[in-house]
Amino acid sequence: MRVVEKRQLLSAEEIGRTLQRLAHEIVEKSGGTKDLALIGVRRRGVPLSQRLAAIIKTAAGVSVPVGTLDITLYRDDLSTVAQQPVVHSNEIDFPVDGRDIVLVDDVLYTGRTVRAAMNGLFDLGRPRRIRLCVLVDRGHRELPVEASFIGRLVETSDTEIVEVRLREIDQEERVMLVDRVT
Amino acid sequence: MLQRLEHLLGIEPLAREQITFILDQAAPFQEFQKHALKKLATLRGKTIALAFFEASTRTRISFATAASRLGADQMNLQAESSSLKKGESLIDTVRTLEAMRPDAIVMRHSASGAADFMARRIEIPVLNAGDGTHEHPTQALLDALTIRDRLGRLDNLRVTILGDILHSRVARSNIHLLSKFGASITLCGPAMWLPREFEYLAPNVRRVARLEDALDGADAIIVLRVQTERIHEPALAAEEYILGYQLTPERLRLAKPETIVLHPGPMIRGLEIDPAVADGPQSCVLEQVTNGLAVRMALLYHLVGVAPTDAPHPDPAGSDAVSSAGSSSGSSAAAAKGSANAAG
Repeated sequence: MRVVEKRQLLSAEEIGRTLQRLAHEIVEKSGGTKDLALIGVRRRGVPLSQRLAAIIKTAAGVSVPVGTLDITLYRDDLSTVAQQPVVHSNEIDFPVDGRDIVLVDDVLYTGRTVRAAMNGLFDLGRPRRIRLCVLVDRGHRELPVEASFIGRLVETSDTEIVEVRLREIDQEERVMLVDRVT
Repeated sequence: MLQRLEHLLGIEPLAREQITFILDQAAPFQEFQKHALKKLATLRGKTIALAFFEASTRTRISFATAASRLGADQMNLQAESSSLKKGESLIDTVRTLEAMRPDAIVMRHSASGAADFMARRIEIPVLNAGDGTHEHPTQALLDALTIRDRLGRLDNLRVTILGDILHSRVARSNIHLLSKFGASITLCGPAMWLPREFEYLAPNVRRVARLEDALDGADAIIVLRVQTERIHEPALAAEEYILGYQLTPERLRLAKPETIVLHPGPMIRGLEIDPAVADGPQSCVLEQVTNGLAVRMALLYHLVGVAPTDAPHPDPAGSDAVSSAGSSSGSSAAAAKGSANAAG
């Protein structure tokens, strides 16, 4: 699949400022951080969740536990994927029961990843509440899923892809809108 | 890119990288066994045929549980195989199973080569749960996972396999697997169960007659089950076997303090293994069972979980498939930019 870059949605500084704002929003809108936990959805949700926790620690002096969730086993599109996905472990070293969980991912699109993430979470226990924090919401939901914390809301078409690059994974830092070229 | 696995018939044809891939993929399933809710929908709607033509409790339950936890249905076939003529009845079996259209077959049979025979005549994945005295690949894989987890590595180990080597498919599969990772293997047991030909199975395999000479420097000892039908042969009595080959704490000390002890099970306490060793800190038998479940789940996931294609296994270090590209949405490309068009 070839792609052509159309425009940049977020620069490195903008990503940084957006995460600052999101972290503060999470603290403000959680009515107390006692049961709060952040869970990053593999892959790029993971560094985002870790950065949010670091900001919360600096700004509010609170240590919020952070976990990692792999949704490969919960996907609903296994039979249509050409390449077989590799399964990774979760890394959640705190109990999920009764927790006020914020799921963190880079892009919210159809909502299927979030549905799979919730299935995964429910296999681990019974959270008190689950909310979603995303860097970019690009619309086109196929399931009734919404984010409580949104970095940037972007209108996109079906041929477009929102590409997120984060330094921890991609050695660069920006969000771009690209077009699929057939 | 790894060549994708279509069947699991044995260890011998596998590349080292394929084995490493399977072991790495077992790790998330090890973690899964600790979940409160041990049920996935990953293989929902798929049927796994468990065709055990030879008695088995542990392997069968392990595969059945693996299939269940992945959400699959099972077809349980347990046939007595006392007077099967080699080959002929297998053809009938293949036809019967195919008619019920399972999505994969896990098969144990008393004839060596039975799994391969099945795989050549059936369009679905075949997983060998033990064929005659030939191979028991999932046992070797779970042993390797156990060794790797306990010792932190799988390369260039010194491994001793102890017992009835001649009749053991577990021994053969383990020799193949460990050799691919550079192991030096010492085979030890009563002489009539230790054929010279085994030294040709892989490089760095040697036979040793006395247990006391077989343990020095061993990183791992695999104790094989003594098949009690054979212990009544005039050639060897149980007391003689115990005297010469039972793994006792004293003998275990001839190895290293870190040496681990594995047994494919079921153990006969007091025969091939001293209860103190079986229950001691160096014993890995319970981990082997847990790891067996994880390995079998990983195998079912990768062989059955996705529609067969020619696509090779992905590089485990590469990016995940669920990226910001989103799911494969069926909607046609909306050519309009900006505001959406009204339907119709």
